[in-house]
Amino acid sequence: MTHAYTPGLRVADHTMVRRERRLPLKGEVLVTRGAQVRATDTVARTLIPGNVQTVNIANALGCDPCDVPKALALGVGTTVGKGDVIARRKGMFGLMESKVPSPARGILESCSEVTGQVILREPPMPVEVDAYIDGVVAEVMEGEGVVVETPAAFVQGIFGVGGETNGELAVAVSGPGEPLTPERLTPALAGKVVIGGSYVSFDLLKKAVSLGVKAVIVGGFDDRDLRELMGYDLGVAITGTENIGLTLVLTEGFGHMAMADRTFRLLSALAGKPASVSGATQIRAGVLRPEIVVPLAAEGGPRGDDRRSTGMEVGSLIRGIREPFFGRIGKVAELPPELAALETEAHVRVLAAEFDGKVSVVPRANVELIEG
Amino acid sequence: MIDNTSNGGSPTLKGPVRSILATDCGSTTTKAILIEQREGHYRLIVRGEAPTTVEAPFEDVTRGVLNAVKEVEELSGRTILDGDRIVTPQEGDRGVDLYLSTSSAGGGLQMMVSGVVKSMTGESAQRAALGAGAIVMDVIAANDGRRPHEKIQRIRSLRPDMILLSGGVDGGTVSHVVELAELLVAADPKARLGSQFSLPVVYAGNKDARSLIEDRLSSRVALSVTDNLRPTLEQENLGPARHEIHELFMEHVMQHAPGYPKLLSWTAVPVMPTPGAVGLIIEKIAKREGISVIGVDIGGATTDVFSVFQNVFNRTVSANLGMSYSISNVMAEAGLANILRWVPFDVDERDLRNRIKNKMIRPTTIPQTLEELAIEQAISREALRLAFEQHKSLAVGLKGVQQERTISDTFAQTQSGATLVNLAHLDLLVGSGGVLSHAPRRGQSALMMIAAFLPEGFTDLAVDSIFMMPQLGVLSTVHEHAAAEVFDRDCLVRLGTVIAPVGRGKEGQSSVRVKVEGPDGVKEAEVRFGDMALLPLPEDGEVRVRVTADPDRAFDLGAGKGKAVTREVRGGVVGLIVDARGRHPFELPADPKKRIERLRTWNRTLGIYPKEL
Repeated sequence: MTHAYTPGLRVADHTMVRRERRLPLKGEVLVTRGAQVRATDTVARTLIPGNVQTVNIANALGCDPCDVPKALALGVGTTVGKGDVIARRKGMFGLMESKVPSPARGILESCSEVTGQVILREPPMPVEVDAYIDGVVAEVMEGEGVVVETPAAFVQGIFGVGGETNGELAVAVSGPGEPLTPERLTPALAGKVVIGGSYVSFDLLKKAVSLGVKAVIVGGFDDRDLRELMGYDLGVAITGTENIGLTLVLTEGFGHMAMADRTFRLLSALAGKPASVSGATQIRAGVLRPEIVVPLAAEGGPRGDDRRSTGMEVGSLIRGIREPFFGRIGKVAELPPELAALETEAHVRVLAAEFDGKVSVVPRANVELIEG
Repeated sequence: MIDNTSNGGSPTLKGPVRSILATDCGSTTTKAILIEQREGHYRLIVRGEAPTTVEAPFEDVTRGVLNAVKEVEELSGRTILDGDRIVTPQEGDRGVDLYLSTSSAGGGLQMMVSGVVKSMTGESAQRAALGAGAIVMDVIAANDGRRPHEKIQRIRSLRPDMILLSGGVDGGTVSHVVELAELLVAADPKARLGSQFSLPVVYAGNKDARSLIEDRLSSRVALSVTDNLRPTLEQENLGPARHEIHELFMEHVMQHAPGYPKLLSWTAVPVMPTPGAVGLIIEKIAKREGISVIGVDIGGATTDVFSVFQNVFNRTVSANLGMSYSISNVMAEAGLANILRWVPFDVDERDLRNRIKNKMIRPTTIPQTLEELAIEQAISREALRLAFEQHKSLAVGLKGVQQERTISDTFAQTQSGATLVNLAHLDLLVGSGGVLSHAPRRGQSALMMIAAFLPEGFTDLAVDSIFMMPQLGVLSTVHEHAAAEVFDRDCLVRLGTVIAPVGRGKEGQSSVRVKVEGPDGVKEAEVRFGDMALLPLPEDGEVRVRVTADPDRAFDLGAGKGKAVTREVRGGVVGLIVDARGRHPFELPADPKKRIERLRTWNRTLGIYPKEL
């Protein structure tokens, strides 16, 4: 159990990134294996079945449901336009014909003599999937989608909102501990993926949206501001479909949090390069974290220095991920095997960590390893 | 060891059972327990655990099971495995006589249910699915206020494991339930675990509509038809639908989950959904003792509440109330003010919001400081309270044909929302899940449960020591005696009894006088309105003492206002808690300073924390 620790988020300066781009339903793949694709290229498309509307003919005509099939003006399977008469019935003595117009364009899918309803299916809707990252089509899943891969610098965030986007990386602060400020958020950042240091406020994020910034990557953000941004309190951490005008990725957590030095250095070094960003986060089983992918094309190939899965040892660099050491960077001083009592009186596995020259005991569950 | 052919399909045991291995494959951890018969009694010997291996890269639940069993082997010194095989029956000292399992891995059993009238067949269908251990993703009803295309859209977007279709009383109109079936056809829903296999659909509605339902659905889904769960307006018959859900869970859902076909070949009886098994043990204990019980299991993502009142079992699951993944949703649903009211010190709202979100995004972290612990325990009170509110709103109405009510009762219940849950009649409240089972002091668990459930009169409190109720639940289907023995001796930690007079008084006014006559003599206390008190009890839950509580004339302990009540109560590790803070209403001081002062006083009285916060 000496390796009991929370694995850190991935920060790799050169790794191979593969992303599956799958259609929601079977469809058509538009690219071939080995093709070079840009992030915005459409790689597959399909048609998803249209909306379904029910039309209660029996109610509209005032007849029994069993009489509805006879009242249909058009057969099941017919294509109809909006307003086309789909059923009619003559009144008493053949006078005053009642008609039922179609509420939408579509196909008459079925008719029920039990409920007196017809089901009208609207035309199918096209859905397209783009490549998301600049890269090569490594695999084609016939009728379903593709896998795009590229050597890239790769940074995982801890939490994000907003979907996939892309733009040129731009650094708008001078250090990882510096918050994004109004003076640094200039119109020149329109269309860019902005690296913002330790913190961004809601007002500034609004300004970024109005400027046309594609994404903001920062260490921390206030939950109070997240509520303002989304318009409601986020309950369960399943994100990625929000329509908030940009994508926000937090690399550290909630509050004012200096961006991890390595993350900041890596992203700063890549300023000017195109990046793909996703805010999608899902913390339950099958953990999905937000990410920044910066394709590195033929620049020597992956060096395999991801260093993600090394264990925790004395001397390992760690970060506190819970109060009272939240966000503090330290070094492992000791890894005692036995359980120790905390102030809460809970007995848990701990480590001794040196934060700013002072050794403190911390539950192992409350630190993460800083790799590399 | 098991004969499934006799007794109408219920499993019966053949031969003696000397040892039992039972696993529960949870969404994150697989827990194994070893039970042995020693000196004529079944006892828990050891417990082992290992990470669940349903997800990539393993995608085989049996890996996690074998790892947990290996830990059991190491801790007990007993050989159970022969390679990757569990040795059954026991051969000499090797192996075990019985192996059983429950599972909630991969998100458990997720269902969509439908009924014609939301508050009648819709609610009955919901109770049937919940009782079978499912998470109900949505209730689609003819009168649920959504337009047909919205319902179709919803059905299509959900990917349930199974659908329960009900509606109409036998002999009643068929058109509404047929309409629901037609919506299903139009939506063409896909199963969660793969679109290549047919989605199981249970039809338990108006029997006159069966052929119409079969015409519409049998070629499109894996349809199975069972008895109407609401044969008449005043009868509810959930048993057949629950049974069918369990069968289809085994036949369809489990067969497509990674590694489950192998697991199913190992177990002596079918793998049960975890909450279904917990419900079963609670139901059996209530029946055996003839008592009313509430059980609660608060996890990281969900909170389950089980109750048995008037012999009626109910279970609800609050899918998004929990202490890690769902902690932020507790704040969203309860509101920050409701969480803050339980925190015995000043907290900055912005800081608290950030702390809660940080726990959500790093769900495996634990409180290191007392302040952090107190905040988590404040949040848990609200999670438990909300889950209980949801439970009360669904634990209404009737169950089974033996529980007939008149039609007027039925309408009265629907209109008033009257619940079966009556706290004045509650005998035992059992808590389970990390925040309750692993609280550093047992008094903390007691106080959390009291604050969330607000029991009235006399109520016994207990926690499940290591959360083994699921395994004991499935064990109870084949060996009720062993399950009951282990439940009493090793599973339940009896905390003591809470006495809570119902009524309202003035601060400082006498509320109740309590006398405890135990083996160590007589102890008496007078408790004033707004205060709490703790009187020692023998720690052993098997020891009983005589307690007399004499309330002031404004207060009621179940016998009427001002009437004394004498009871034999069990011992417990916390003791006898007298809660004179009032009920109906229970109120905390509105003034923050005064509220914090009161919280601190109660914490001090009950010795909740090692130091003042």
